[in-house]
Amino acid sequence: MKEAIAGTLESGDIMVTIGPGEGLQVDLQSSVAAQFGRQIKAVITETLEGLGVKDAHVQAIDKGALDCTIRARVTAAAVRATGKDVWKD
Amino acid sequence: MRNTKVVSLEEAIRRSGLKDGMTISFHHHFRGGDKVVNLVVDKLAQMGFKDLKLAASSLSDVHKPLIGHIKNGVITGISTSGLRGELADAISHGLMKEPVVFRSHGGRGSAIAKGELKIDVAFLGASACDELGNACGVPRSENAKSICGSLGYALPDARYAKHVVVITDDLVAYPNMPQSISAADVESVVVVDSVGDSSKIAAGAIRDSKNPRDILLAKQAAKVIINSGYFEDGFSIQTGTGGASLAAVKYIREEMLRRGIKASFALGGITAHMVKLHEEGLIGKLIDVQSFDKVAAESIARDPLHQEVSAVEYASGEHLGSATHALDIVILSALEVDTDFNVNVLVGSDGIIRGAIGGHQDTAADSALSIIVCPLLRGRIPCVVPKVTTLITPGKSVDVVVTEYGIAVNPARPEIAEKLIAAGLKVVDIKDLAAKANSIIGTPDPLPFGDRVVGVVMNRDGSVLDKIYNIRD
Repeated sequence: MKEAIAGTLESGDIMVTIGPGEGLQVDLQSSVAAQFGRQIKAVITETLEGLGVKDAHVQAIDKGALDCTIRARVTAAAVRATGKDVWKD
Repeated sequence: MRNTKVVSLEEAIRRSGLKDGMTISFHHHFRGGDKVVNLVVDKLAQMGFKDLKLAASSLSDVHKPLIGHIKNGVITGISTSGLRGELADAISHGLMKEPVVFRSHGGRGSAIAKGELKIDVAFLGASACDELGNACGVPRSENAKSICGSLGYALPDARYAKHVVVITDDLVAYPNMPQSISAADVESVVVVDSVGDSSKIAAGAIRDSKNPRDILLAKQAAKVIINSGYFEDGFSIQTGTGGASLAAVKYIREEMLRRGIKASFALGGITAHMVKLHEEGLIGKLIDVQSFDKVAAESIARDPLHQEVSAVEYASGEHLGSATHALDIVILSALEVDTDFNVNVLVGSDGIIRGAIGGHQDTAADSALSIIVCPLLRGRIPCVVPKVTTLITPGKSVDVVVTEYGIAVNPARPEIAEKLIAAGLKVVDIKDLAAKANSIIGTPDPLPFGDRVVGVVMNRDGSVLDKIYNIRD
C-alpha cells in the first residue's frame, strides 16, 4: 500500500488520505465532529472493511460531507492506495 | 464666548461623568466596517475604566478586540442583537462571567424606551455632524468620508441615554439638516479620522445568488407569496438579506409587473433591490431602519419617500404605531426550524453563537404572513430539526416554512395551506421534513454543552425565552 488521497476541502466534501498502517486507525477532523464524528468514523471503517482493507492509517478532514460522499471518497482513496480497482473487479 | 460641544474623545468621556459599572451604548450601522466600538473601548481602557456594560444594537467579527477588554475587566457585561466570529466563539466557550443578553431590534428599542435598558453614555457614529450635534448617516460635504444611511438603531439611544456623544468623521457647518439625531439630545461631538468603512456595510450578506438551490427556494417563496391571499394591490413586504430572500424579490417583481400590482411600502433593512423596485414605481415608500448597502444609503439621502425609522417605531411590540404592525408579508431565514415551527437564528448547530436576532421575532410576530426560507440541510447540518438548539422566534409567530423538499404550513393557518395546495404547491407536514433530513444525515449526537449560562435570549416583550449554555471542546 502507498499513500493516496481523494476528495477536497470544499464545504460538503471530505478529504481522505490513506496510507500504510497496522489495523484500521482513523484520525478525523470534522466541522461537525461533536454531532457526527462517531457516525463518520463508522462509515469510513465500514467502507474500508467492505473493500477488504484491514490495515491502513486514515486521515480524514471533513467539511460536512454526507455518508454517500464519504463512502465515495474513502473508496477512491483506497483504490488509489491499494492499486486494486474495485469498480472493474 | 461661545460654548462648544466639539471636544476630544477623552474630554467627551470626562464630561459624560462615566463611572465604573455604568452602561455605554453603540449602534451597528457600519456593520462589518464599524470603527467606533473599538476606538471608544480602547480609549476607555486606556483611561482606566473597569466593569463597564456594553449595550450595542449588534456586534460582528470586527469587534474581536473586545475579547482583550473582557479579559482585562474593562467590559463585564454585553447586550446585543447578535455576535459573530472570534468574539462569539470565545463567549460561547465561557469568556464572560455575566451572560450576554440578546434582544431583537424592536425588543431593544422597547427596553430602552421603558427604562429596562438604561444607557448612561451613548457613543454614536455619524457620517456628518455639525458643531451643535445635529447628526446623520449620509454625506453632507465634499469632505465626507463615510456613509451608512439610516441611523434607525441609534435613535432610541440618542433620545433616552443620559448622555450622548456623537462621533463623526466629517464636522460640517451648522445647520446640518435634515438631521437624524437632534442637537437637543447631544452633549458632545468628537471628530475622528474614520467612523467606519462604508464598503464593508454589505460585506458577505448581500449578493445575487447563483446557487441553484437558493434560486429554487426563492421561486418557491415567491409562489407562496403570490398565492397566499396577501398579494394584492397595496401590500407591504420585508425581506432579509439572504440569497434566497433577495432572489425571491426578483420573481415577485415579475409577477407584480404581470398583474399590475404595486406595493405600498417595503420595511426594515433596505437593499439596492428594494430601491430599484421603488424607483420603478412598484413600491410606494421605503421605511428604512438600516441601509444594507451603499445604494440604499444613497437613496435615503436624496429620496423623500425613502424614510428613516427608529428601532422603536420600526418594530416595538409595545407601541401599536410601530411599522411591523402594518406589515403584510415578511420573508426570513433560519439556522434551524423545529417541528413546532420554532426558529433559531442565533446559535449554530455546533452550539456556538453565530448570528443575530435582528428583527426576526418582531416581524414574524406582527406581520400577517411570515415565511421562513431555509434549505433542509446545510452540508451535514440539518435545518429542520425535532427541537431547535436555541429558541429565538416562537412557532406561533411563524406561518410558512419553505424548503427545497416541500412547504410546511403552520396548522394554525389552515386557510393558507388550502390556498397553496389549490395553487398546486407541494405542501408537506413539517414532521416529514424533519424525518427526511434525519434519513439523509442520521441522528446527531447531543452537543457537549456545559452548565454555565453564557447567553440569555429575551423575547421582544422583555420576558426570557431561552438560555444559551457554554460549549465544551
